[in-house]
Amino acid sequence: MLALESGGGSSLLTWMTFLPLVGAIVITLLPGKARELHRTVALVTAAGPLVLAVKLFTSFDRGTADIQLWQQVAWIPSFNIQYFVGVDGISVTMILLTAFLSFLCIVASWNIDKHTKGYFALFLLLETGMMGVFIALDFFLFYVFWEIMLLPMYFLIGVWGGPRREYAAIKFFLYTLAGSVLMLLAMIALYLNVQDPATGGHTFNMLHMMNQANHGSWLLNPDIRHVLFLGLFIGFAIKVPIFPFHTWLPDAHVEAPTAVSVILAGVLLKMGTYGILRICYPMLPDAAAWFSYPLAILGAINIIYGACCAMAQTDMKKLVAYSSVSHMGYVLLGLAVFNEAGMTGAVLQMFNHGTITAMMFLMVGVIYDRAHHREINGFGGLGMVMPRYTSMFSLALFAALGLPGLSGFVGEALVFVGAFEVYRTVTIISGLGIIIGAAYVLWMLQRVFLGPLNEKYTELPEITTRELVSVVPIAVLVILFGVYPPPLINMIKQSLLHLIAQIPA
Amino acid sequence: MDSIIQSALIILCLPLVSYLITFFFGERLPRRGDFVGVALMGVALLLSLRIFAHFWGVNDPTHQIEQSWNWIVIGEFRADAGILVDGMTAIMLVVVNLVSFLVHVFSTTYMAGDRRYSRYFAFLGWFTFSMLGIVLSNSIFFLYIFWELVGVASYVLIGFFFHKNSAADANKKAFLTNRVGDFGFWMGILLFFTALGSFNYNDLFAGVAAGQISGTTLSWAGVALFMGCVGKSAQVPLHIWLPDAMEGPTPVSALIHAATMVAAGVYMTARLFPLFDPNALMFIAYTGGVTAIFAATIAIVQTDIKKGLAYSTISQLGYMVMAVGAGGVMAGMFHLTTHAFFKACLFLGSGSVIHAMHHHQEMGVMGGLRHKMPITFATFLIATIAISGVPPFAGFWSKDAVLAQALYYGMTNPGHYLPFIMALLAATITAFYMFRIVLLTFAGKPRDQKLHDHAHEGGFALTMPLIVLATLAVVSGGFHGFGLDLTWFDRFVADPASEEHAVAPVNDDGLFALVPSAHAQDHGDDTHGDDAAHSGDGHGEVAHGDDHSDAGHGGHDLHHVAHERAMYLSLLAAGLGIFLSFMTYYWKRISSARVLAALPGVHRVLSNKYYVDEAYRDTVVAGLLNVNNLFATFDKVVVDGIVNGVGSVTKGFAWISGNIDRYFVDGLVNATGELMRAFGGVVSSVQSGRIQTYFLGLVSGLVVLVIVYRVAWPS
Repeated sequence: MLALESGGGSSLLTWMTFLPLVGAIVITLLPGKARELHRTVALVTAAGPLVLAVKLFTSFDRGTADIQLWQQVAWIPSFNIQYFVGVDGISVTMILLTAFLSFLCIVASWNIDKHTKGYFALFLLLETGMMGVFIALDFFLFYVFWEIMLLPMYFLIGVWGGPRREYAAIKFFLYTLAGSVLMLLAMIALYLNVQDPATGGHTFNMLHMMNQANHGSWLLNPDIRHVLFLGLFIGFAIKVPIFPFHTWLPDAHVEAPTAVSVILAGVLLKMGTYGILRICYPMLPDAAAWFSYPLAILGAINIIYGACCAMAQTDMKKLVAYSSVSHMGYVLLGLAVFNEAGMTGAVLQMFNHGTITAMMFLMVGVIYDRAHHREINGFGGLGMVMPRYTSMFSLALFAALGLPGLSGFVGEALVFVGAFEVYRTVTIISGLGIIIGAAYVLWMLQRVFLGPLNEKYTELPEITTRELVSVVPIAVLVILFGVYPPPLINMIKQSLLHLIAQIPA
Repeated sequence: MDSIIQSALIILCLPLVSYLITFFFGERLPRRGDFVGVALMGVALLLSLRIFAHFWGVNDPTHQIEQSWNWIVIGEFRADAGILVDGMTAIMLVVVNLVSFLVHVFSTTYMAGDRRYSRYFAFLGWFTFSMLGIVLSNSIFFLYIFWELVGVASYVLIGFFFHKNSAADANKKAFLTNRVGDFGFWMGILLFFTALGSFNYNDLFAGVAAGQISGTTLSWAGVALFMGCVGKSAQVPLHIWLPDAMEGPTPVSALIHAATMVAAGVYMTARLFPLFDPNALMFIAYTGGVTAIFAATIAIVQTDIKKGLAYSTISQLGYMVMAVGAGGVMAGMFHLTTHAFFKACLFLGSGSVIHAMHHHQEMGVMGGLRHKMPITFATFLIATIAISGVPPFAGFWSKDAVLAQALYYGMTNPGHYLPFIMALLAATITAFYMFRIVLLTFAGKPRDQKLHDHAHEGGFALTMPLIVLATLAVVSGGFHGFGLDLTWFDRFVADPASEEHAVAPVNDDGLFALVPSAHAQDHGDDTHGDDAAHSGDGHGEVAHGDDHSDAGHGGHDLHHVAHERAMYLSLLAAGLGIFLSFMTYYWKRISSARVLAALPGVHRVLSNKYYVDEAYRDTVVAGLLNVNNLFATFDKVVVDGIVNGVGSVTKGFAWISGNIDRYFVDGLVNATGELMRAFGGVVSSVQSGRIQTYFLGLVSGLVVLVIVYRVAWPS
């Protein structure tokens, strides 16, 4: 069970979470034509959480698994619902990712001209929702943030998306809603069967739920626990997404505007695995251990199936979307084995996939803005006309195929090391993913950038400064955490060691 | 910090600095930045020579200097970064930095005027950095890291002229083929780590010696690890990428695809030798032997000068691998070293020719170039004599060591003479096809007079590297009395003491009637370097002793006998090959056309490289593409079909219930119904007013559920 850091009591997290909301409100009050103003306000308000997140990342006490910077206020006393927030190492990592990508996405969205008011307001609302999910320590609060995030995402895809945006938006919404319902049911079951040690009443307090001593007798039945675990797990699995709940992802990505794809793949997918780490595992550790092997198999399926599907795609965004399915499989495989290397690898992979896939989507966006299509076979030889862009995209692609020295490798390697000890065969099969992963990446690289230059694109303009500004910071992180991962590892280490200790062997 | 470690670190960083400067600022520097690489590599070379001198003085192959730094530490798990320098490292440092330096110099002329000139030098720096990382690492984890990084360097340099489809195909093929090998390599690393709990070389050696991993696991782990070498060093059946890699600029072929990177697999196998059990070693020896002869036969029919040299490289790598597999770490590394010099010389020589021939590389348009390009001709000839194994050139000594090792392996492992026989045959073929290349290129009459008239010797930057390398092709083998077993190389590399090569009793067939032995005794108990953090002992001291207590002397004799016989046989092989080559291509007593006409099947098979590429295309590649399409279709039709089906059913249900309970519906059903209808495409525009509706629906639905639960489930 996680303890609260003594002292505590800080409003930093609250500021960080609700600053974007304030920005969103300000934007809605501005006149609709003031596009530059919308963008500027969005940029400034997104900068706030980023600065705070960096401060949080640097000042966080890495030596303890305790919850830090917590804040606890009664919210709906009749149901014992609290505004209860706080962070451990895992959440800090995710918060940094969220703040970082949100800010860069505002930069990348600078060329959005359609309804800028709604777009940027929704984007900021989305950021509040995401931040909230990562700081919430009250399950009800968690659920509210979870749902808040869903709505702006739905509209961002449905209004600013591509030709089939409505189908994609509704599909996304219904899929995640189905997951939410399962989560809701499990949450209520937990609420009714976990006792608040202080009052003896029901509680949504996640820390109480993590303490097995508070679990009521009904909740001690292993079958019940397995069912509850499964409910929560499927709820989160849809978000990850884990096979066979993944088909919303390619559609959503293809239709979503670039920046939304970035957030979708960079942050939203991580909420699924974050939920597993924050809720499924610590609250029902015995069930987690019981499901370990199936989880590993699902991880392997995601890796191989996602990679094979990616290789069959001819749309760049779909390819990247399926590559996310594959890469999230590594996360799941690492999470399935409850050892230091595997779990650390999984969380590193969450962060690193966030940055790498964000980079890839931004790069696809750059070419889409110029050529107005994403057909892999419709390009060729772009390396001749856009050398800088080619270098940048290649960096992202090599990071995606797990090249050492770039951040994708560290997580993947640790997952392999951890998983190999426990499930050898499954890991060896998953290992084929490094071959197929290289195959789809290099094949795409060849078809788009190498070979003779496609006559149609002799005049394509090189990547602009604004586009570089949105992607170079990510590239820096990809290299930095690839060469020297300890800042990230030390951040999550204590939390993971604590969590591993909870799970019965 | 030890000054050797310090030098090693500086050597490692210099090419990286060259990469960064040239990559980011190259175009803005005078001469487009090429001097940066040349200068920094010169410094790296000098520092390497310093380390080389140090180990020459130490004269103890087991002497190690090692230092580690924390990199990743999580609970029990740790992966350290570290540097290990010993004699083998010292040799490799000189080889890599020398060839890299010379290739940098050569490229200043060869690549002059290329539009991506700066990039080219940047990539050379990147390659050298990664290659030095392989050489200096002290753990298999970092070995793997740099292993992949050289792969990328190779990728970008093979594809340097990426506007050509052939180059774009070749670099992808190289990377993917290597990935297949790396998959095995990585699994081997995981097997060893899981069993022994460390990535550090010396920890692993100690663990294996202590029997913490044994039996079939150890054999499989060894074979898996060796897969990395099969990929990187282009051994059969993953050799297919190397000939295609000749799409890269020729100096790159010399540096990466002849002298250094492709030898990394041999280095790895030699470095990790104690991790291979007799079964794995036998697998390695046979793989090397098969590769040696397999590639040599293909080399005979090549018409492109670079392709011919590429198959020669594969074949020679097979020699090295076979030597290591047969227990000859020293022989393998020795051949690696001499080969690096003469093969780099051959490739740069071919580059000089190609430069003179306006980038034609078919031998069909060459001929008679010896008068036009005397320096290139002389150096090329010297290197050819060296690779053919003519004494006292360097290749003779190292090839002799390799063959002796193979013969010794056969003598101590009865029934396993095949690697030796294959290698001996390959030696003949090598001498034949190498002289074929020399004669077709430099001798006879010019076959394209126009090209010939324009051909001329290049400047200093082209000839200096050739002269240096040709000199080394003569002297790097050292000069020994015939029959002397020791080479200068023994100062740096020794065969690790291990019992397995002598455990099998020798069948006394009269010919090789000698005492079975443990040659291990010669080296096993040498003192280890004082600076070594981990001592490299453990292996070697386990199983010898009582059984073979007096066998050390016998082992030495057996080695000696093997050496002597191998030497005579290899001289014979080389002589025969050269003779046949002259008969065919100089004196024209044998008509190659008639020989080929008499053996149409053989020619067809060899020209098609035994159809290995086609076999892969039709099985592995086609299979993968089919699986991909199958999965993608499954995804679209089945998985998504179910989703859409559920959607329609729910939509219908929502429509019915919506009609029945129109006036009683609560927020949740309302919202869901809306959504379901929207799913069918009924709603065509989305207005911002809906946000509130949905949110209201969600929250009220939630509250309803809470209340329902409280009622249904009190307590």
